[in-house]
Amino acid sequence: MPRKIRVLIAKPGLDGHDRGAKVVARALRDAGMEVIYTGLRQSPEDIVEAAIQEDVDAIGLSCLSGAHMTLFPDVVKLLRKRRAGDIVVAGGGIIPEEDVPRLKRAGIKEVFGPGTPLRDIVAFFEKAGKGA
Amino acid sequence: MPSRKAPSRRSRDSVRQLVDDLLAGDKRAAAKLISLIEDDEPEAMEALARIHPHTGRAHIVGFTGPPGVGKSSLINRLVRTYRTQGKKVGVVAVDPTSPYTGGAVLGDRIRMADTGVDAGVFIRSMATRGHAGGLALATFDAVRVLDALGMDVVFVETVGAGQSEVEIATRAHTTVVVEMPMTGDAVQTMKAGILEIGDVYVVNKVDLGNEDVLIANLKFQLEPRDGWTPPVVRTAATEGRGIDDLAEVLETHRAFLDSSGVLQRREVARARLEILENVQRQLSQQVRGLSRLGTTFERLAREVVERRIDPHTAAQRLFARTTSRRRPA
Repeated sequence: MPRKIRVLIAKPGLDGHDRGAKVVARALRDAGMEVIYTGLRQSPEDIVEAAIQEDVDAIGLSCLSGAHMTLFPDVVKLLRKRRAGDIVVAGGGIIPEEDVPRLKRAGIKEVFGPGTPLRDIVAFFEKAGKGA
Repeated sequence: MPSRKAPSRRSRDSVRQLVDDLLAGDKRAAAKLISLIEDDEPEAMEALARIHPHTGRAHIVGFTGPPGVGKSSLINRLVRTYRTQGKKVGVVAVDPTSPYTGGAVLGDRIRMADTGVDAGVFIRSMATRGHAGGLALATFDAVRVLDALGMDVVFVETVGAGQSEVEIATRAHTTVVVEMPMTGDAVQTMKAGILEIGDVYVVNKVDLGNEDVLIANLKFQLEPRDGWTPPVVRTAATEGRGIDDLAEVLETHRAFLDSSGVLQRREVARARLEILENVQRQLSQQVRGLSRLGTTFERLAREVVERRIDPHTAAQRLFARTTSRRRPA
């Protein structure tokens, strides 16, 4: 049996808009991945702890509250602190164009804005799961 | 060198190092060992062999019952109760794998979000990956890992179970069957299967009312087994009602298992089952190998269709080849 790709889909911060996260979770499921969804209002600490216990290949963060510039880099920092910097982190939500380069410099591998085709997101996590 | 393993799970650490880290209480090592076992990597056998001598301390409590009945919420509340008593708690929560795509959405962590970061708690979600019976093949090996990590109790949550997913009862020390009011009449509680396997019955969501009928029906069909009469506990997990009662009942059952010798008997029964299952797995792997390699297999299939041989005889022939270790012609 081929090794399963495991992905954590998490919503850091305080907004309750989880439709996007759920749609992505469902798309990754349909692509044959194991998706751990942890629900709303997770702190970066919650997310990193869950990622380590679940031994995921990658984390998808969804944030629509505007706090992404703090929360996304915090997740990457904490992962590195826990010697789990090899876990790939991507982000999505309402992210202004000008924030994207800074997020990428902070270690967010990719940022998916509104309107991103699901197949692009699936392809990204497939690649992340295969260690590419 | 790395082959198909992804970086997060590709470990250049030897299995020995991982097990040493596990025994020192390292959660990441525990997580990686569980993946190794789940993915059935070649190193898994060595890992399990190293881990086994360090297991046998944890109280293993299985939770089963229909989907949405409140198993995750109950476990979440229990984890908090056990934590206030200073006990370390592991959770293995199983959800179904899609039979179509092989994917899964594992959502049990949502109800356990407030206990996830506690240093004395380890929660692992697991997909069934095609295994029937309400559990994954690797579930109880994951329990072993958490036992060796030093957890005092490990809760195992089955998939939302129907009437016949009873495998949990052959594995756990204590099996908790969770039901909720308004889900059927007295005949439902008389049926064989899931309602026979509980050491403890929980009627959750008593805040919905109407629980007395269900409790009466349950009590009507419960019988003492091995000198233990299963109690029925009322809970409302979302409100935290009845959780302390449930924790107390679980402890009472654990003490009963120890003092009555039932624990010893269950452990031996489980060991027998596990040995046989592993033999079965190895055999079926061999058979699958044969069916892939073999022109014999293809020929037999054609002969079955042409009514020249029946499937049972064909199977016997294929099996004879497996056990005699001969390559198919």
